[in-house]
Amino acid sequence: MRSTDPPLPPTTSGRPVLSVDSLHKSFGSLPVLRGVDLSIERGQVLAIIGASGSGKTTLLRCLNGLEIADSGRIEAADGELFDFAARPSRTELNRLRDRSAMVFQHYNLFPHKTVLENVIEGPVVVQRRSRVVAIAEARALLDRVGLGAKESSHPASLSGGQQQRVGIVRALALRPELLLFDEPTSALDPELVGEILGLMRDLAQDGWTMVVVTHELQFAREVAQHVAFIDEGEIVEHGPPAQLLRQPEHERTRQFVHRLLHPM
Amino acid sequence: MSPDNWDLALSSLWPIISGALRGTVPLALSSFAVGMPIAIAVALMRLSRRAVLSRLGGGFVSVVRGTPLLVQLFVVFYGLPSMGIVIDPWPSAIIAFSLNVGGYGAEVVRAAILSVPRGQWEAAYVIGMSHGRTLTRIILPQAARVSVPPLSNTFISLVKDTSLASLILVSELFRQAQQIAAFSQQFMLLYVEAAVVYWLICLTLSAGQGALEKRLDRYAIH
Repeated sequence: MRSTDPPLPPTTSGRPVLSVDSLHKSFGSLPVLRGVDLSIERGQVLAIIGASGSGKTTLLRCLNGLEIADSGRIEAADGELFDFAARPSRTELNRLRDRSAMVFQHYNLFPHKTVLENVIEGPVVVQRRSRVVAIAEARALLDRVGLGAKESSHPASLSGGQQQRVGIVRALALRPELLLFDEPTSALDPELVGEILGLMRDLAQDGWTMVVVTHELQFAREVAQHVAFIDEGEIVEHGPPAQLLRQPEHERTRQFVHRLLHPM
Repeated sequence: MSPDNWDLALSSLWPIISGALRGTVPLALSSFAVGMPIAIAVALMRLSRRAVLSRLGGGFVSVVRGTPLLVQLFVVFYGLPSMGIVIDPWPSAIIAFSLNVGGYGAEVVRAAILSVPRGQWEAAYVIGMSHGRTLTRIILPQAARVSVPPLSNTFISLVKDTSLASLILVSELFRQAQQIAAFSQQFMLLYVEAAVVYWLICLTLSAGQGALEKRLDRYAIH
């Protein structure tokens, strides 16, 4: 990292950034997560793959409280425990949410704010950091992703790839413990996918902890240290990409990987 | 038109315009200014997850929209005194008109808030914003853009509706025209003249709406 970039969160211990234990979630009578265990190690890129409707996005959204699990526990590295069976309060959910930042499939930039305003909104308004410092950090990050000249533009005037880069910078500016990506390239034109995946690869090399829900097997193979395959609300199997994608143990994983590689 | 009529048209113009400037315009502006906070509050009540609030808001909208404005005005001005509550013409008019704006505006604001994509709420939550701050910093500014055309309608209707205040003795545009008409017996002339002045006011407002939409549009690319 360059000296102007915001510092990575300090490594407090060797414990996982988040440990997920037996997470359950239903929408009405439809079970979406059926007992998910997951451990997110510091500095690790974890790719979550699975068919649509498998529960992978719901799992990601449970990690920051956008969805509230019905039961199960999430433990943070500093020992704070979120027990969903005990119906956590809004304040507790906020503390869980503050640990991560999220990059959305559809970017979800604030259309009435400029690029720079989008990036500093969280640091200045929510985290109450100095505006001057936040702007300097935001500019450094925007420069880094090649959008230094666009800080006064509004999102509608940017390409999809540029908007997603702003989305990533907005997440980084919060200095979160981990970054959550919800299919960050699915809404992009094919020729723009590469620039986003390249940027994510750089972030991984910088040491960011990342959880990425993705259809990009190539990305999972080359950037992730760990891949989890989820089906019908359960993690069927997980492991290093070379093993999971080349020699899956389970038939369901084998079929899914095969379908992705040979869509016709 | 005869020369006498021209004279009357010209000499009545200032009293009518003065009625607009001292009655119609301030009445409409103050009723709108009081009515919009009511509209936003009622819209938020209707959107609330708490059933009591949501029903209260719904009931208010239903009563306001389901009863004639003239009847509301009469209830406040002629009805309440029988319960010992006497309110002067001006405040009576402002109460009735602002409640009316509150009811109609609430539906506009509610629809505008619902038109902001859910992803905007989520993006704000994810950067740690509270519900209230998300509303004021992220959702309402975007809803404002959407609600300008329908709220302009509400405001233009309000300007015309203030003519009803002549019936509770507020000296506004139409009451001036009525008085001159009764005195001169030139009903057609005076009422058409009043109509033209209302129309000119509304033309000005439409132009203002266009300018406002353009201003709020500056971040959008179409």
